Amino acid sequence: MTIPQISQLIIGASDLAAAFLFMYGLKRMSSPVTAPSGIFVAGIGMLVAILASFLYALDIGAQARPFLLVNLGLCVVALLVGGSIAWLAGKRVPMTAMPQMVALYNGMGGGAAGAIAAVELFATKSPGATQLVVTLLGALIGAVSLSGSLIAWAKLQEVLAKPLRFAGQQYFNLVILVVTLAVGGELVHAIIGGASHLLTISALIYLFFACALLYGILMTLPIGGADMPVVISIYNAATGLAVGLEGFVLANPALMIAGMVVGAAGTLLTLLMARAMNRSVENVLFTNFGETAKHAPSHIKGSLKPTEPADAGIFMRYAKSVIIIPGYGLAAAQAQQKLYEFVKLLQSAGVSVKFAIHPVAGRMPGQMDVLLAEAGVPYDMIFQLDDINDEFATTDVSLVIGANDVVNPAARTDKSSPIYGMPILNADHAKQVYVIKRGQGKGYAGIVNALFYADNCNMVYGDAAAVLAQMIEAVRGLGTKAAA
Amino acid sequence: MDFAIHITGFVAIYIFMLAAFAGWVIIGGVPAILHTPLMSGSNFVHGIVVVGGMYALLNASTIEEQVIGFCAVLLGAGNAAGGFAVTRRMLAMFQTSKPAHGHAKAAHSKPHHAKPV
Repeated sequence: MTIPQISQLIIGASDLAAAFLFMYGLKRMSSPVTAPSGIFVAGIGMLVAILASFLYALDIGAQARPFLLVNLGLCVVALLVGGSIAWLAGKRVPMTAMPQMVALYNGMGGGAAGAIAAVELFATKSPGATQLVVTLLGALIGAVSLSGSLIAWAKLQEVLAKPLRFAGQQYFNLVILVVTLAVGGELVHAIIGGASHLLTISALIYLFFACALLYGILMTLPIGGADMPVVISIYNAATGLAVGLEGFVLANPALMIAGMVVGAAGTLLTLLMARAMNRSVENVLFTNFGETAKHAPSHIKGSLKPTEPADAGIFMRYAKSVIIIPGYGLAAAQAQQKLYEFVKLLQSAGVSVKFAIHPVAGRMPGQMDVLLAEAGVPYDMIFQLDDINDEFATTDVSLVIGANDVVNPAARTDKSSPIYGMPILNADHAKQVYVIKRGQGKGYAGIVNALFYADNCNMVYGDAAAVLAQMIEAVRGLGTKAAA
Repeated sequence: MDFAIHITGFVAIYIFMLAAFAGWVIIGGVPAILHTPLMSGSNFVHGIVVVGGMYALLNASTIEEQVIGFCAVLLGAGNAAGGFAVTRRMLAMFQTSKPAHGHAKAAHSKPHHAKPV
């Protein structure tokens, strides 16, 4: 065997192993028990593939040979710098900021796919039309994913506070997309024909990427912060797709398989989330949600009944069962630890406590589960909407903390409400409802919550951490009195 | 013997189709409680793009190609390393109450990590 053949054999076998380990690792992620080993398995696959890829150096074209040492050096530097910065950031980021971190990593992947496409386009070794079109398609999706993810990051990080909207925006965006595709078409034409009539080939390549990046920015700007979970999920799928397409261009089945698996996974997650909000994906992307929500609170009966944290805490201490509905407000107040402390106190007094999580609670799907896990809450106390929703009717107390729209009964009854039809947690079915809330503001969707006015509901105003601290104190106070 | 991989039209479509089905089925089985780690885990998996970046960079023959190839590897490595770090961190936090309360302390200590990849 010649040296290039040996390197092809080893790279081929390593990529095959990587593809297998990725699939096996993701499969192991389907249970909290095996999941930690799943990511480890996938990590080994990544390591094997990266190490084997250094063997590409043994099988390069004559043109690149004089640059080989420099390129190898650049490769090592890029791996170490990119890898270690992202690694350190990933270890330090607080769990509440996880959605924007995932958006950032995702944008990196999209950018990498776009950059690979750019190198392939510059290298032009007379590729066929199919090859070129696939390269450009991957480049477009990757670039949109990069700039779109950065905007999503900025929105979640609250660098960009308000969605940017103007009249005719969707048409304007469509025009930009058409221009991008036209530049891409001219590029294919120019590369195959050997020359362009309008601009040089490299100018066309830069113009194409500029348009694609601009489209990603413009497409994401009008989408509200509440919809960012869906957007991140879409871009995750998009990056997977871009990676898969570039894998085809490079004749690398590992990239094709990994990219496509992620593309399908991201698509599925996106659909699940959209369904949980009772909205279509098009609706999330192309309508200005929240605009319609400003109508007057229609026929809400009852009044807001504030109560003291201590009273609510003691009431729960003597209840048989409590279901807690946490929302992002809990995490924003950094009160998860305090909450679990209170829960343990209730449990030791014989109260049955469960957590109910709405599919869109938090800022990405499943984020509340992670935040509770971080506070030490065992996952067998955490239940999803479908599994627990019938239990509210037989439960003494539901405690809503920092959640709003996901418990709004208007979703069931009020056809004019923007959240009408969204499945909600039946907090109002419990005998008594307590809502811990900073003030009288509205939820993300800007809708008045009829639950707060219900006869069986009391409001506990204040910062969640402070309120929980007072509840803990009150219940502890009871304990010592009883012992004395 | 020829170990070079040639993928032509229909073979590519077959690979894409089967991979998409596999992804759909595998992810469909993941409970909602794990959706965040799953998303960052699949985010990690597309970090394999770094391998394509390495190919592009090692074959670069102009300054332009070198610069863009360097960016590809840099971004791809960030995607892979970051995705792994956050996923690992999150998954380490999930625990059950079954082995009694003896482990309650461990739940509060920060999860430990192995050496960086």
